Amino acid sequence: MDSDKKKKLNRRAFLKGAASTAIAVGATATIGCKGKNLLNSSETVALKFQEYFKKHYRLMTPDEKKGTVTRLERLAKLNQDITLDIDTTGSRKNVLYGYAFNVTRCEGYMECVKACVKENNLDRKSNTQYIRIFEMEHGQMSPDQGDGKYFHMVPKQGHFYMGVQCFQCENPPCVKACPTKATWKEPDGIVVVDYDWCIGCRYCMAACPYWGRRFNWNQPEIPKEEITTKQHYLGNRQRVRGMMEKCTFCIQRSRKGKLTACVEACPTGARVFGNLLDPDSEIRFVLENKKVYRLKEDLGTDPKFWYFID
Amino acid sequence: MKNQTDSKGLVSFIKDALLWNLSGSIGYQIYLCILVCLMLTGVYGYFIQFKLGLSATNMSNIVSWGFYISNFTFLVGVAAAAVMLILPSYVFNDKDFHKVVIIGEVVAVGALVMCMSFVFVDLGRPLQFWHLIPGIGQLNFPSSLLAWDIMVLNGYLALNALVPAYIVYCHYKGKEPVGKYYKPFVFLSIGWAVAIHMVTAFLYQGLPARPFWNNPLMGPRFLASAFAAGPAIISLVLHIINSATDYKIDSKIFNKLRIIIVSAAVINLLMLFSEIFKEFYFPTHHSQSAMYLFFGLQGHNSLVPWIWTAISINVLGTIILAINPFKEKQIYLLPALILLIVGIWIEKGIGLIVPGLVPSPMGEIISYAPSNVELFITIGVVGLGMFVITMLLKPALIIEKWYEDNHGDHH
Repeated sequence: MDSDKKKKLNRRAFLKGAASTAIAVGATATIGCKGKNLLNSSETVALKFQEYFKKHYRLMTPDEKKGTVTRLERLAKLNQDITLDIDTTGSRKNVLYGYAFNVTRCEGYMECVKACVKENNLDRKSNTQYIRIFEMEHGQMSPDQGDGKYFHMVPKQGHFYMGVQCFQCENPPCVKACPTKATWKEPDGIVVVDYDWCIGCRYCMAACPYWGRRFNWNQPEIPKEEITTKQHYLGNRQRVRGMMEKCTFCIQRSRKGKLTACVEACPTGARVFGNLLDPDSEIRFVLENKKVYRLKEDLGTDPKFWYFID
Repeated sequence: MKNQTDSKGLVSFIKDALLWNLSGSIGYQIYLCILVCLMLTGVYGYFIQFKLGLSATNMSNIVSWGFYISNFTFLVGVAAAAVMLILPSYVFNDKDFHKVVIIGEVVAVGALVMCMSFVFVDLGRPLQFWHLIPGIGQLNFPSSLLAWDIMVLNGYLALNALVPAYIVYCHYKGKEPVGKYYKPFVFLSIGWAVAIHMVTAFLYQGLPARPFWNNPLMGPRFLASAFAAGPAIISLVLHIINSATDYKIDSKIFNKLRIIIVSAAVINLLMLFSEIFKEFYFPTHHSQSAMYLFFGLQGHNSLVPWIWTAISINVLGTIILAINPFKEKQIYLLPALILLIVGIWIEKGIGLIVPGLVPSPMGEIISYAPSNVELFITIGVVGLGMFVITMLLKPALIIEKWYEDNHGDHH
């Protein structure tokens, strides 16, 4: 951070702080500040105070986005002694992400789940997972009939496996439900959450027909050495308790042109991710040449996540 | 009350109201102390929840709404039910109801305070609640039904607080309230009462993800159960006022309320029967929630005794109230009123919210019962509601009685 900006930041913090200390104390109390020394802790208070009053992400100017990223990175440095790189890359033109899951290939190893937990800084304490793999008997078609808690050697004879995560609906009921506009669909089709704007009412969770959302019931805990430091503001940055979160197709990776962590980790090649608007993409090949289907089509949510059979 | 009507302004109104609220018999003082203890229990519970997050509750990613939202849903009905007094009193000029309409409105205010408190304690990040306030925040209106609910509940609170406040204040000054100043708001509040409960029903009804809730009968059934449970609670309050204060309530009023309660309760039972028929005549995949509620699924049957109790006491209460075996001795109907209230509270609270969320969209079935923290906070919120009702009602009834004794013939 350049010193000029820091000075400006501190002066603003001071002026604001003088105006209403009471609220600042309240705001700090929520997050619970533990400064190493007095100087650090007063800087923490100032930063958290500014964070508390920041705007909805979509209303921020580029400068304000830079400001909040700087503050978040500084706070991580001060409180956890980690160096973060928080990204705010927007969606690219002519990109609409889609996903396909090969039911024939998946053998239930759950490498995708492991990679997702690590990549997206999911809470280890409550064992939060975005992806769930259901073990299904032949004849079943919907994961709600399968077993999502299997614990044995895979693949099991006579069974197949189905992965479920947020389906990034084109017509997402969760977005419609949110009372504060804290969750929305980006132009590239990813449904994201502005974590800091979410008030934690959980109406989106009730509205989701695919169980795609996760709530932070407790303060999430991740061992410091396991934190993925390459983060996106709308993606894998660290959450606090009381916030809703969900799969973002690894927005921190996909917007950089990389594959999602689950696709990369899959040992059987059951997962296909790509740009639906690119006629040469693998996802388009799957949609055009395989027999695909989606879950709960009758609800009209139009998910961008297809299952297919080889 | 003194008779120097000219020198009575807003300041002396508030001063007198406070004074009346704090003074009273030993019994009243003990009652206030109990209310304070209830509220402190809630503060203690909320302190724990604030420290630990919502993990202090028994809610989870599957049962993501629990006891708080259940109670909220029930109390919206209680608030809406004030309309059953407002309508006959102001629109049909029913003299009997006119004497108690203010009590109905105050009960509505108390119920709304409890509703909002329940929503507030259910928030994961309560300090961010300002994100909801239009202007400084972002209210997702008209898309989100929760945004609608926040608007209609606040509007209804304002209507039910300001109209009686104006009337009582006029009476305090020894004047007759001017009809054109408050009558339009009275008519508005009648439609609004229906709106708060329909919108609250739509909150659930509008979710195709939850087949148990995604049911067009939800709104009308909410109203029917509200117009049974709400007037039942108001009757209860009237009985308490009748026996504890010198503000006497005519037994004709109890009888009129009883008729309202019975009519609404019968309609509610009919609709309940219609729902049960749909779920069990030809059970589909979507009947799983009802199965879970009435019979339990995979050994998870914690709700089963509750719902059968609810239906039994619902029917029993309705029958007793309909037959009215004690004729003029309305006080003996108290147990029947309580049966009906508890029955509807179970059926419309936890019996509605939890099965909506179980089985989860991924077919998982779990049991839910509120944690101690949830119970503490609920006790606190109920204490707060009773406190608000008491604080508003005591001065209002003193003023009303004084006004009636001195200017009664103007009515």
